[in-house]
Amino acid sequence: MPKNPSRRRFLLRTLFTASAALLAGCDRLSRTSWVPGILRTGERVNRGVQQVLTPRNALAQEFSEADLSPEFRSNGTASPDDPEYQRLAAADFADWKLRIDGLVEAPTQLSLSQLRSMKSRTQITRHDCVEGWSAIGKWTGVPLSEVLQLVRPLPTARYVVFHCADAMDDDGTRYYESVDMDDARHPQTILAYELNGQTLPIANGAPLRVRIERQLGYKMAKYIMRIELVAQYKHIGGGNGGYWEDQGYEWYAGI
Amino acid sequence: MVVANHSTHPEPRRYRYVRHSVPIRVMHWINVLALAVLLMSGLQIFNAHPALYWGKSSYSGRPPVLEMRAQRGADGHPIGITEVLGHTFRTTGVFGLSTDAEGGLVQRGFPSWLTLPSNQWLAMARRWHFFFEWIFVLNGLAYVIYSLWSRHLLNDLVPSRSDWRSVGRSLLDHLLLRHPVGEQAKHYNVLQKITYLSVIGGLLPFIMLMGLGLSPRADALWPGWVDVFGGRQSVRTLHFGAALLVVLFVAIHVFEVVITGVWNNLRSMLTGRYEIINAKEP
Repeated sequence: MPKNPSRRRFLLRTLFTASAALLAGCDRLSRTSWVPGILRTGERVNRGVQQVLTPRNALAQEFSEADLSPEFRSNGTASPDDPEYQRLAAADFADWKLRIDGLVEAPTQLSLSQLRSMKSRTQITRHDCVEGWSAIGKWTGVPLSEVLQLVRPLPTARYVVFHCADAMDDDGTRYYESVDMDDARHPQTILAYELNGQTLPIANGAPLRVRIERQLGYKMAKYIMRIELVAQYKHIGGGNGGYWEDQGYEWYAGI
Repeated sequence: MVVANHSTHPEPRRYRYVRHSVPIRVMHWINVLALAVLLMSGLQIFNAHPALYWGKSSYSGRPPVLEMRAQRGADGHPIGITEVLGHTFRTTGVFGLSTDAEGGLVQRGFPSWLTLPSNQWLAMARRWHFFFEWIFVLNGLAYVIYSLWSRHLLNDLVPSRSDWRSVGRSLLDHLLLRHPVGEQAKHYNVLQKITYLSVIGGLLPFIMLMGLGLSPRADALWPGWVDVFGGRQSVRTLHFGAALLVVLFVAIHVFEVVITGVWNNLRSMLTGRYEIINAKEP
């Protein structure tokens, strides 16, 4: 035991200084141009390992009605203030049309009633937000794979990009997201138009939002206006494949 | 009682021997760095939604198990509140409401001097967490493989039969802050062995498993496996709780290091050399 109390104080101070230095150092490193890039290795390894471990079509857990969250939390935009969107919303999206184009053989436009008349899937799944919370909801929609069959992607198409109606910044940058073809064709990836048996509320993304059940909430774009198939996403938005990705979040949001 | 040493080569009164091999020392300090970064970035990630729940979702109608928030006090000034299992505590300045790096009062779970980055920045915290998660996992794997191969595990960590008989005495020794000296100090005591083994073989793998359980993709590996632990939000709570246990372990570990001879212990983990001081011959 240290006989000298000043020695103990010295130790404590050393410990405190070391942790403060670690923190200050890491703060500074976070702002360099190269450290965040190195740290990104973690995301790449996570993605690689998880894709090797989990079969491509492994299903996300589905729940029972008893597990439903009393109210499905709305996060991010609650109602896009874009005038065109508000006009469409005022008419219950009767004039809204989903445009599907890009690297496809047969670009097309689909109305909400056309989407509703296609094959549908209903699933009760858990929505995990990157912030840490989870909510459970019942979603009904058309599998994205059905829509893709309709437009026939070209072999060069590698990503599906969702262009949305909600502006995120003052400069008018709109929300967008992208997934690879594996997740796009996954059986639980649906373009949802119903939540808990009701027409999808505006707060949750009306008229159409995508469900990508094995990734975090920010991948599941709301207020979808257009679906574009691309070979790469460098030329879209900030070039990272999504609005939050452009703010430094991972493109692969499987964890 | 004095026991005469009848061996032909009596141990010298005071000498140094190599206690920790180079790989163990290197892996120990990598682990210190990784755990520090994981803890602090983890607290920043927690701050993005400073509440913990029990169950499959956060919105089940039941209140959170733990919540940190800021609200207006009776006098109109903001106060920090921490609610644990329905009990409310005023934690202004530390939890719920604290000063940030720029000196302003902000609503946040853990204070800026405990989180990495210090200011609210979830995306960057996730990068640090996921990078050092792999450093920690690879370092841990290397440690396990090395310890099996070098017999460090069997020789130094697995309690012997006589160890098991001395559990009661060792417990009393720890409580009275009595520690083995001389040749006896060359071996870990039984409580130390049990603690190291449960942290290495139990707590750390558990915290990793709970971290994996937070991944929606890993949940698809065997849909529903997280329900074994109460559901995804329970898993998040357990990941957090296990991190607190690691902090508790480190606190006790550092305490024991300090009271059993801080320089001797530090030297042995830096240069490998540990000093043994035997009692004077009669």
